[in-house]
Amino acid sequence: MSTQELMAELARRIPAERLLQRPAQLAPYESDALTAFRSRPLAVVLAETQEDVIQTVRLCHRYSVPFVARGSGTSLSGGSLPVPDGILIALNKLNRILRIDIDTRVAVVEPGVVNLDVSRAVAAQGLYYAPDPSSQLICTIGGNVAFNSGGAHCLKYGMTANHVLGIKAVLPDGEVVQLGGNSLESVGPDLTGFFVGSEGLFGIALEITLRLLPKPERYRTVLAAYSSLAAAGNAVAQVVASGLLPGAMEIMDALAIEAAEAAVHAGYPRDAAALLIVELEGEEIQVEAEFAHLLQVIESSGPDEVRVAVDDADRARIWKGRKSAFSAVGRLSPDYIVQDGVVPRSRLGEALATIERLSRKHELRVANVFHAGDGNLHPLILYDGRVAGELERAEVLAGEIIAMCIELGGSITGEHGVGMEKRQHMPAMFAETDLEVMATLRRGLDPAELANRGKMFPGSEAPALHSRGPHPLEQQGIISRE
Amino acid sequence: MQKQAESILLTPESNDDVQEILRTHERLHVRGGGTKTALCRPADGAAILATSGLSGILEYEPGEFTFTARAGTPLREIEAALAEHGQYLPFDPPLVERGATLGGTIAAGLSGSGRQRYGGVRDFLIGVRFVDGQGQLVRGGGKVVKNAAGFDLPKLMIGSVGRLGVIVEASFKVFPRPQQYGTVCCAHTTIRAALEQVARLNRSAFDIEALDIAVEDGRPVTYVRQGGLASTLGARQEALRNWLGSGDILGAGEDAAIWQQAGDFAWLPPGTTLVKIPVTLNSIALLDEFLAAANVERRYIAAGNLAWVSWPHDLAELDAQLTQRELGGLVVLGETAWPFLGARTGASVAARVKAVLDPHNRLPAL
Repeated sequence: MSTQELMAELARRIPAERLLQRPAQLAPYESDALTAFRSRPLAVVLAETQEDVIQTVRLCHRYSVPFVARGSGTSLSGGSLPVPDGILIALNKLNRILRIDIDTRVAVVEPGVVNLDVSRAVAAQGLYYAPDPSSQLICTIGGNVAFNSGGAHCLKYGMTANHVLGIKAVLPDGEVVQLGGNSLESVGPDLTGFFVGSEGLFGIALEITLRLLPKPERYRTVLAAYSSLAAAGNAVAQVVASGLLPGAMEIMDALAIEAAEAAVHAGYPRDAAALLIVELEGEEIQVEAEFAHLLQVIESSGPDEVRVAVDDADRARIWKGRKSAFSAVGRLSPDYIVQDGVVPRSRLGEALATIERLSRKHELRVANVFHAGDGNLHPLILYDGRVAGELERAEVLAGEIIAMCIELGGSITGEHGVGMEKRQHMPAMFAETDLEVMATLRRGLDPAELANRGKMFPGSEAPALHSRGPHPLEQQGIISRE
Repeated sequence: MQKQAESILLTPESNDDVQEILRTHERLHVRGGGTKTALCRPADGAAILATSGLSGILEYEPGEFTFTARAGTPLREIEAALAEHGQYLPFDPPLVERGATLGGTIAAGLSGSGRQRYGGVRDFLIGVRFVDGQGQLVRGGGKVVKNAAGFDLPKLMIGSVGRLGVIVEASFKVFPRPQQYGTVCCAHTTIRAALEQVARLNRSAFDIEALDIAVEDGRPVTYVRQGGLASTLGARQEALRNWLGSGDILGAGEDAAIWQQAGDFAWLPPGTTLVKIPVTLNSIALLDEFLAAANVERRYIAAGNLAWVSWPHDLAELDAQLTQRELGGLVVLGETAWPFLGARTGASVAARVKAVLDPHNRLPAL
């Protein structure tokens, strides 16, 4: 039996305390932040070195056993859900920052390095790593690379792919390759960019070369309250059209405001139907002049109230409310589904009105907290799994929101990825040929489909069961579904 | 070089035509505006597929800051349409005035000095349609600025030099163009002094649009471009010059002229070969020693991330030097049968991708 031989070989190479096999040891790895899916791996390898990962992948290849890589398990699309009876390769301990070069603004890290730790490591030198998923306190660079993670500050400097210059990876058949390098420029097809966002289907990144940015000299942040969600959405379109290029533009609706206030007392206007946060960044003299212009645009968009952050503490308060909103909303309801579809920015008002209508139609509350500047929605559909039929209604509602995003010319996912969760929506976004070519490319790199089998492509067997309730880390407020 | 036999010229006007051509021709070589001469030379017996008939902007909604255009659209036309609404291509594509097309720029993977501020062509391409080597029309990415669905096929087209498929349509995000630009330039006595200044700027929080080191008559000169609101630019330029400790402030007219010339490679000796070499600030000093000894014109752009090198000698010599230094290169202008020089990373992945997208090798080898 090949799995027994595989386990025997693994046991020869990996010390017992880093080769988990007992059910109690495996339980924490059965799902990620998409708790609706759950499945038990054959074993978990806690990799400490790149060689651990390479050897494990090569053994999996030799014995044709599927494997899944996992960082902190914060995937909202089920990206790091184990394959039943496959190997889960946990990368949290493969977390060294290998090199930092301040002069060229580059850091080389292993995949288990936590996102925020990159910025912390270079903060004293005035640099930072730009992509800022709201789980950045815990999510890892390896996971960010696999899912091309975004965050609140993607508007100006893009997502993870825009900040990765090079990748050393082990392919699913065990070959170790170097893609890209240390330069911002390259020659030949952009294989680094192709690897980013491949959701673990192309293998496992072992070393990632990241681009760092200088910390802006000045931030200016404004909060505007509106009497409707559509008005806030239209304000975003006006700011975009004004020629300003904010670092971030975020919207929260009444439900999210209420929850955030209850959780962290951010001082938001409580009676607003929607809040818009806009932040400018850059050289002080330029930002001050642009901010005056921004305030004029905001004033002309018909807000009920405008508040300007007067100091760093004020700014931090505004962002704390925003960044905690998701987990706070989660406390309003025993269960929720979150989507992250994208619509063209000029159609945000329309999209939000449609979501409100769908919410009424299905008699389920929907909270909205999202990256408005790039049209990336995050509708949070609240339901109670104990009430018969609510989960099913929530899923129908979620599907209708995704259909709306496609119809408006957008995308089924802005930053969470397809994973397990949105596989069935891929045919609505891509033609059969597109998906077939993607599947053929995948088989070109992984003929046996061992790496993260069952993800991204529709029609793969679904190994998992529905369960309910937030992820344990989410309950503790460590991660949030944003 | 020997004059080769004339190639058959095919000028498809629709995506269907391109699909048909890919299905019915054994050997093809894609050509856009023909500005990147080294990449436009077909092998003997290969027909030329020109994209000139696949031209025009398909969608452009200024409020959305995105557009979709057919691959053969001249960049000049796109830049003019964007400029009407105060927008621009932040990756600053080169050879615009010579007639470069959108598809050719993607396929060659070329960005200009302005890539310093927000990134290169790879960072702004959001969606693509291409015909693969089997004649299939394939779409990747989308038309919105943020999108994580499916493999990032647009990235695969960047730098593919028409060897993985024929790009027929592309969607880009764009940004508002700064109201006004200005440049501070500083002459240096040695390349190391110029490199040190770039490193110092990299450690600073100045917002810089372009940061080039031009070697002019053997003397390195740094050009530091700023952009933004007209009302504050003068003060920002003063602040930058004071921080640098020296330098000349160039006015708006002079600024526009020097960057236009940089984008058109006006510094190149006529008829020369131009090579793109990705570098890092750390690898330039040694490379420059070799280039100075070879007495060639060169320019380092994007804070030392890319060397443009004019190479009048045998390319094999440069190829060997680059390989030894673990650098790669792409011949962009001039005559060559094989445009890739020096070291290549990811060759095995590229080969696997090529085998999927162009299994019968109808397009040139990669």
